[in-house]
Amino acid sequence: MAIFLTQESKVIVQGMTGSEGQKHTRRMLASGTNIVGGVNPRKAGQSVDFDGTEVPVFGTVKEAIEKTGADVTVIFVPEKFTKDAVVEAIDAEIPLAVVITEGIAVHDTASFWAYAGKKGNKTRIIGPNCPGLITPGQSNAGIIPADITKPGRIGLVSKSGTLTYQMMYELRDLGFSTCVGIGGDPIIGTTHIDALKAFQDDPDTDLIVMIGEIGGDAEERAAAFIKENVTKPVVGYVAGFTAPEGKTMGHAGAIVSGSSGTAQAKKEALEAAGVKVGKTPTETAKLAREILAG
Amino acid sequence: MDLFEYQARDLFAKHGVPVLAGEVIDTPEAAREITERLGGKSVVKAQVKVGGRGKAGGVKLAATPDEAVARATDILGMDIKGHTVHKVMIAETAPEIVEEYYVSFLLDRANRTFLSIASVEGGMEIEEVAATRPEAVAKIAIDAIDGVDEAKAQEIVAAAKFPAEVADKVANVLVKLWDTFIREDALLVEVNPLAKVASGDVIALDGKVSLDENAEFRHPDFEELHDKAAANPLEAAAKEKNLNYVKLDGEVGIIGNGAGLVMSTLDVVAYAGEHHKGVKPANFLDIGGGASAEVMANGLEIILGDPDVKSVFVNVFGGITACDAVANGIVQALELLESKGEEVTKPLVVRLDGNNAELGRKILDDRKHPLVQRVDTMDGAADKAAELAAAAK
Repeated sequence: MAIFLTQESKVIVQGMTGSEGQKHTRRMLASGTNIVGGVNPRKAGQSVDFDGTEVPVFGTVKEAIEKTGADVTVIFVPEKFTKDAVVEAIDAEIPLAVVITEGIAVHDTASFWAYAGKKGNKTRIIGPNCPGLITPGQSNAGIIPADITKPGRIGLVSKSGTLTYQMMYELRDLGFSTCVGIGGDPIIGTTHIDALKAFQDDPDTDLIVMIGEIGGDAEERAAAFIKENVTKPVVGYVAGFTAPEGKTMGHAGAIVSGSSGTAQAKKEALEAAGVKVGKTPTETAKLAREILAG
Repeated sequence: MDLFEYQARDLFAKHGVPVLAGEVIDTPEAAREITERLGGKSVVKAQVKVGGRGKAGGVKLAATPDEAVARATDILGMDIKGHTVHKVMIAETAPEIVEEYYVSFLLDRANRTFLSIASVEGGMEIEEVAATRPEAVAKIAIDAIDGVDEAKAQEIVAAAKFPAEVADKVANVLVKLWDTFIREDALLVEVNPLAKVASGDVIALDGKVSLDENAEFRHPDFEELHDKAAANPLEAAAKEKNLNYVKLDGEVGIIGNGAGLVMSTLDVVAYAGEHHKGVKPANFLDIGGGASAEVMANGLEIILGDPDVKSVFVNVFGGITACDAVANGIVQALELLESKGEEVTKPLVVRLDGNNAELGRKILDDRKHPLVQRVDTMDGAADKAAELAAAAK
């Protein structure tokens, strides 16, 4: 089963012919993803060779869907053009759009998010500024290294890319159902709550690891959701206990203002919802192991 | 990027929000000529990016040009909540103020849209009003695509219960303020107070604007708005090299890849420091997923140039970039620095994990650099780095 992405997923890449797009399309193919096409209006009709696999380039997302039955798009287009690329994906009603591009202006994200709503939210958006998601052994949509871990029964949702990798590595011997990097921007499509809900409903997930970081109140709201709706065990980690107020720590969303958005507040909210919260990534992994060992 | 009041005022004026005349200066003597031009009296306002400057004595009325110079002399160099005043605005004095309102537009993260906040009880106590009498503060969600037109502005005006005689004027300000918000890619535009003066007009007397640096690609003018004077010299040097660096007040230099991992590294080092004389992280430095030799060298150069740093913790998880490439990067970075004649005397603790970790560790071991030690777990390496920093403290 897994969530959002399976071996049945047919994946296209918007921005496949750019340097990042090519590099990661090659990696996704190597990890078994069923890449059925790329999109670039200026190179429509051509194809790109990836170590012997010919991937056709289509002029639009709509055309790619019509010709291939694609149901997932991974977006690598530069930040200036990302909004238009996402709007095109929404118009084509593709079920899942994974926006990898970082450095998108927040007005652009707010705009495509509002647009998705007006179009009836037929497209699930993950990101922007995220590493994408992987269902180990089945499919990989984004830039998460595929060889860190194997299929298993832990679900992972994280705001941070490298912390996703670190946690996959810590628990690599146990394996994961799906790992979702939702991104750390102020506005994101799929949230912790969306992923928690999907993992709760996924028969192949036994335990959920949730990684948050300072800024906003997404973790607090996730805690409230867990309390009401999640019966599977959840283990949490929050980064940024020592981050000073008012300084941006790399992720545009990771900024503490006043007393809200602090790591301590998030940890307390999660613990109040019955989530075991680790002090470090390693300790968090240990908590997950203890729960799974019964 | 938070702006100074005078920069906010300029943006308001550009988009038609009514403001008072004023000029910014950094020497007291310049206040005389401006005050003369403003009709002989002025308000001298400290330009600092922190609230409560009025209460701190950073805003003074000057009845004559000489007095303006005297007040500017007092205020320039003043410390307001840890911010030194480098500039003052010499502003036109406001006509008689009848009422003070509050209006703003901002990003609403939780609802993934924009929000308008408005109150007829503006002024210095607005935060107090919001905390004690939330019903006096109207919050209206704004659709990111539909935006704020005349009708939406009237909806905000009605929700905040603005008096009928100023309703149209406030609505007009709201439309202009929304233009500022959208066209400048702002995260916040705030007017407080929006003053109703004796003539019945409404004027933005003070304001705050915060801009989205990610939108700089369509705003070449953002570059000029950066406050270069206030930036820490190490932060300025890092920015020159496109490094994502924030100076902190501890002793353990930190380099890592990925914002979340680096934030986590800061925490782990701070915990380790609790057992080692309370040492803390000296900085945040994210060299990105790539972690090339050149970026590593640039990062190490900044961190080793920080006199507060007593040890360095390089914490890399090899994902897309394999650990052998990162290890080569570290070795090359040290050679590069030494070849530039820079003395590398601070111990480095390196933790490599993930893709090709064994190969990467072997490269470091073979190189046998006297200052480089490797520890293979994040918690263990943090402890070692804290211990070394404490020993050198």
